[in-house]
Amino acid sequence: MTSSARLYLAIARGSFRRYSTYRAATLAGVFTNTVFGAILAYTFLALWRARPGLGGYDTAQAVTYIWVSQSLLITVAVWGGGFQDDVQERFRTGDIAVDLYRPVDFLGWWLAADLGRAAFHLLARGLVPITFGVLLFHARLPHSVLTWPVFLLSVLLAVLVSFALRYLVSLTGFWLHDSDGVRAVMLVVSMFLSGMLLPLGLFPDGLREAAQALPWAALIQVPTDIFLERDSASAALGALGFQLLWAVLLLAAGRAAQLLATRKVVVQGG
Amino acid sequence: MERLRWAVRSWQLTAGMWTRSAMAYRASFALMLGANILITSLDFVVVVLMFQHTDRLGGWSLPELGLLYGTSAFALGTADLFVGSVDGLGERIRAGTLDVMLIRPAPALSQACAERFSLRRLGRPTQALVVLIWAASAVRVDWSWDKLLLLAALLVSGTVIFCALFIGGATLQFWWGEAKELQNSFTYGGATLLHYPPTIFAKDLVAGVTFGLPLAFVNWLPLLHILGKPDPLGLPAALQFASPLAAAASVLVAGLLWRAGLRAYRGAGN
Repeated sequence: MTSSARLYLAIARGSFRRYSTYRAATLAGVFTNTVFGAILAYTFLALWRARPGLGGYDTAQAVTYIWVSQSLLITVAVWGGGFQDDVQERFRTGDIAVDLYRPVDFLGWWLAADLGRAAFHLLARGLVPITFGVLLFHARLPHSVLTWPVFLLSVLLAVLVSFALRYLVSLTGFWLHDSDGVRAVMLVVSMFLSGMLLPLGLFPDGLREAAQALPWAALIQVPTDIFLERDSASAALGALGFQLLWAVLLLAAGRAAQLLATRKVVVQGG
Repeated sequence: MERLRWAVRSWQLTAGMWTRSAMAYRASFALMLGANILITSLDFVVVVLMFQHTDRLGGWSLPELGLLYGTSAFALGTADLFVGSVDGLGERIRAGTLDVMLIRPAPALSQACAERFSLRRLGRPTQALVVLIWAASAVRVDWSWDKLLLLAALLVSGTVIFCALFIGGATLQFWWGEAKELQNSFTYGGATLLHYPPTIFAKDLVAGVTFGLPLAFVNWLPLLHILGKPDPLGLPAALQFASPLAAAASVLVAGLLWRAGLRAYRGAGN
């Protein structure tokens, strides 16, 4: 193993351990995800009782949609947060200038940290709500064993897309000095267009097509549909490709924005 | 009585201070208020999108749901404006800043509720009021004086009940410092529950919400009377007018919890 790979692994492991320190907070969060899951599952049951098969989901799939999305909410950071809070704090204190001159790649450092965080949250805040949902709500687990690894791969890609989006928002701090406003707007967009609130297939025409093509669909809608085994194998591959494409594009954009930002810091004299 | 007036006055002074500091950046404030209105509108957009696919949810029409949504979101939003900051209690205990509040000649609860007071939280009640006015005019109800009076009473009682939930939930942090998010299950989770008709939830859940946390008094019970709908639990009709009593009882319990919490508090030692 090369030394840089070992370094990033150490960063990710440290981040995992950091989040696992707050046990009580994690428990409280798991409880909240479960409470919201139960409330929303009932509303979906009521809607599907009125319109069975809506959007191509049967009732069990519709209820499971809620539980999978609640389990992914924190993992893919639909609300933002994670490394974003740290970066924002470093803007406030001015430490950000130091970060850019470290011998470690700025993007790589935060990506490794965010992957560690996501791994912890997938275990901690994902397993309990989904177990609760399966036990109490006739939820639908994947029928094929193969779906599980594909689902995990899709979650990894979702985290990459989410990271790239949050990275771009954080970098606006170089120009705006305070990214709170952009963050708030991003929160609205990402809650709505990720499929967190309602499956994108239920959106009115036009809005639906747009939402399904935008990167936010990669956060919740795509991994959840893979879990529900909605598509054929080839369509599932296409969905993974959709996530990968957005991840690559957005990470490249983040890299480019970072170069611009670094130059700006140099111009100001650091 | 004198002590109550002093508590309210301390709240006003602290809140006024934070408002002045926020108004130093007017553009930022306007942007955040706008984003706040957008974010809080999302859950009603979801309800509207659901009604694109059905004209009844649990036997309730869209304007009827609008009444539920408007009343619940108004009560939650106003309570959050007045006392929402109290959820920072755990952080204050950790940092030792609660000690500072305790030695000031003003009630610690008033200070904790008004700390970081922000008028941007006006977003939710404003948006809720718009939905409420639309729903009240669109719903099939003869608005007699007694019904309007009941509506006004439920808005006030509902706000008081949510204030008590915010404070009562926050006191848990005296014993369990990281439990901040637990309180969200009662407050934000409770408000989400009350956006939807009681008929779509399991009876046990409705009963628990009526008697465990007095949430059902916020809007379900009084609105059943206003809309002339049967009570799914078959409770005595008198309870539909009991919201002010429930509000008074919640305040009493929250007050006792706060006192017990303060007594258990050992200080940070600074």
